[in-house]
Amino acid sequence: MESESLWTIFINASLVNNFVLAYFLGICPFLGVSSKIETASRMGAAVTFVMLVSSVCAFGIQALLVAIDAPYLKLISFIAVIASTVQLVEMFIKKVSPALFRSLGIFLPLITTNCAILGLALFQTNKGYSFVQCIVYALGAGVGFTLALVLMAGLREKLELAEVPDVTKGTAMALMIAGLLSVTFMGFGGLGG
Amino acid sequence: MAASTKSSTDEFIKGLWKENPVFVQVLGMCPVLAVSNTAMNALAMGLATAFVLIMSNVVVSSLRSFIPKQVRIATYILIIATFVTVVDYLIQAVSLDLYKALGAFISLIVVNCLILGRAEAFASKNTVARSMMDGLGMGIGFAFALFCLGAVREILGSGSLFGAQLFHDSFQNWVVMILPSGGFFTLAAWLLLFNWLEQRKAKKEKTDALSLTKETA
Repeated sequence: MESESLWTIFINASLVNNFVLAYFLGICPFLGVSSKIETASRMGAAVTFVMLVSSVCAFGIQALLVAIDAPYLKLISFIAVIASTVQLVEMFIKKVSPALFRSLGIFLPLITTNCAILGLALFQTNKGYSFVQCIVYALGAGVGFTLALVLMAGLREKLELAEVPDVTKGTAMALMIAGLLSVTFMGFGGLGG
Repeated sequence: MAASTKSSTDEFIKGLWKENPVFVQVLGMCPVLAVSNTAMNALAMGLATAFVLIMSNVVVSSLRSFIPKQVRIATYILIIATFVTVVDYLIQAVSLDLYKALGAFISLIVVNCLILGRAEAFASKNTVARSMMDGLGMGIGFAFALFCLGAVREILGSGSLFGAQLFHDSFQNWVVMILPSGGFFTLAAWLLLFNWLEQRKAKKEKTDALSLTKETA
């Protein structure tokens, strides 16, 4: 895997294998907070940040677990570390920048149960990335998540004004749009090589 | 949420249809969409999730008076993670092919909001027996929903069910159904069906009530 260039990893994680539209990770926030572009982009930023931090942590844990020969603790320690990272990040942001903290609001604690974060940690260990590759991978995944969320929010803002049959209102409509977006993203296939 | 007058059979039944976790509550979407490209994968994932759900419901409800309120979510997640690790190793031992097909999504059962949701909303407030029935109902409802999705996607996408060919060679596979976007479309179609049934029922009740008031008048 060492041969994979950083640029390839980035493009793969953000466009070709987009976490939301190709791996179906983080669907809950994708459907839940994608009704306005502004909240969507904030959520995306928060998720990207937590992804970066937890990716670095997961790399450390994996090295430690390999050293003490206890792979069965992987899942439990990952989720525990992600939960406490989110808590830590929350306290840190609150102290350093109260304005940013207020604008992120409830989204920060919710990130704990976002499967994209845990998925990222698991994928990067499965792929055996090096430290730098992990960081680029996390960055790409975060950018991809934000992109999908913002695109979705833009579409849903427009759709507010459209007339649709009663049965399709709500989640069913959101899923259909997501399906179309997913088809669109398939067009990026082959880009990462 | 559950009234204490309800029998445990009711707790079981409600998860199957009226409060079906996927079609009605729209919980735990990630695994639903990701592994439902064949009926077999979908069923295996559904059963694995059901097992974790039942076990975690039982443990959470039997420990509910010992868990301090402040750290309850973290405790639930650790309990769930333990059972997921068990399932992870179990599937790896039983069928390596299945393990490879499901991939990281077995581990991702940990963050399935359905399981944490049931632990918080039901198991932490009810007795062990009722929590088990609730877990059983929700788990089977979830597995059933996954199977519905997986079957449709496999029949249309590869023209087979559980790997057995259904159609003549001239059948053109709808490749899009196996691809990620097919998951979104199929789930949307199922949701439409459920919404439509609900609306029809509501309309019927309304007209029934209307004719009743007319008769009494």
